[in-house]
Amino acid sequence: MSAVEAIRSIVAKHGKLPVDVATLQDDADLYAAGLSSFASVQLMLAIEEHFDIEFPEDRLNRKTFSSIKAITEVVTELSKDQQAA
Amino acid sequence: MMNIHAHAPNLELTARARRVAAVAASHADHVDRDGRFPAEAVEAMRAERLMGVQIPTDFGGEGASTAEIAELCSILGQACSSSAMVFAMHQIKVSSLVTHGGDDPWHQGFMARVAGEQLLLGSATTEGGIGGNMRNSICAIEVDGDTCRLEKNATVISYGDQADAILITSRSHADAAASDQVLTVFLKDQYTLEKTHVWDALGMRGTCSDGYVFKGEAPAVQILPRPFAEIAAQSMLAHAHILWSAVWYGIAADAFGRAQAFVRAAARKSPDTAPPGALRVAEASSLLQGVKASIVAALEMYEAARENEDKLSSMSFSVAMNNLKIASSQTVLTIINHCMLICGILAYKNGTPFSLGRHLRDAHSAQLMISNDRILGNTSNMLLIHKQDTSLLG
Repeated sequence: MSAVEAIRSIVAKHGKLPVDVATLQDDADLYAAGLSSFASVQLMLAIEEHFDIEFPEDRLNRKTFSSIKAITEVVTELSKDQQAA
Repeated sequence: MMNIHAHAPNLELTARARRVAAVAASHADHVDRDGRFPAEAVEAMRAERLMGVQIPTDFGGEGASTAEIAELCSILGQACSSSAMVFAMHQIKVSSLVTHGGDDPWHQGFMARVAGEQLLLGSATTEGGIGGNMRNSICAIEVDGDTCRLEKNATVISYGDQADAILITSRSHADAAASDQVLTVFLKDQYTLEKTHVWDALGMRGTCSDGYVFKGEAPAVQILPRPFAEIAAQSMLAHAHILWSAVWYGIAADAFGRAQAFVRAAARKSPDTAPPGALRVAEASSLLQGVKASIVAALEMYEAARENEDKLSSMSFSVAMNNLKIASSQTVLTIINHCMLICGILAYKNGTPFSLGRHLRDAHSAQLMISNDRILGNTSNMLLIHKQDTSLLG
């Protein structure tokens, strides 16, 4: 499963969105789709666990979770950095 | 990092606030007893041109900083909590206009009107059925060509009858998710209010936080151009928690002043014996300093973050602002209770120079205006992932 597919399935499971995640484009605004700040934390926890990464403080903001694309970019970058470390 | 000059009081501005405070203090007991709007104090705010001080000079205001506004809230809070809270709520709405409406011609013009005509802004973020979470709306704004229409069961609109305009949240369109919200300005002649609840409360009685059914129709350009989620995170959260805390600090500071005067009077009568309340005054002094320090630290943090959207929407910032609200709302009650123990029956009775019943009742609102339990719930959720900065100065 690619990173973006894994993230899609985590968003579907933990994002508590009122819409079907399959209908969302990768760059669709998740907050406009109904992602609450509360659910975004559950999402972060599930992503940290799945990819075995930790979001650094400067990534814990709205922008990181604004779309599936944005999450994928951050996760890809962190996976590289944190595996290299 | 700590720059005391950034917060040096603007003496001209504080002198104006002190004149308003004198008016507010002289009516505070009547406002409280009758649960009526502090009309004299708000008139005095207008006479001293305080409604528009936060608005940039380009639009006819004075460009006052958040620290300066907080100082005004604290001065007013020492005189009449209701007047101070009305002023704080108005300034929180102004902060959203200043932060998010500055590039938009209609909102620029509206800011100029607020400053020029000294308009009082009300807020309608509460709605029946959302369970107290203002980040959700049930009602949706309907945009029809150049016009927008909104009907909302607004269970609380503080000073709804007296406001000259109301900033109101709703879903951004009929199919939008509950959290996909916008904030819209409606002028007094663009809406009707049908009263559903009358505010008869333990304290903050002069805020007249009645419930209404709001029905409005206005040009669609009056919808703020940014999503409400951004407005809430980037201007409302910090301004609400800082300015409310400044009001509560003012209430506690006035209670402390009364308790200290009580003990000093006793000490002057018998200079050789320490009066019984003296230790508690020292204890209350330490607590009061803690509240003051928390507010000043939050102001520093906000000033450092305000030009940076990422910082403002970061968890560390939200946690810090939430922590300010929790700490100040709890501590002011402890302080006022100490002061009541110091002054005894003269604090418990109304109508003495040491009366503290009004202070205690007003300060009890602090834990409830946005319930501390809700805020602790949000903070605890964020702390599952956010690692608190444990450095002293960082």
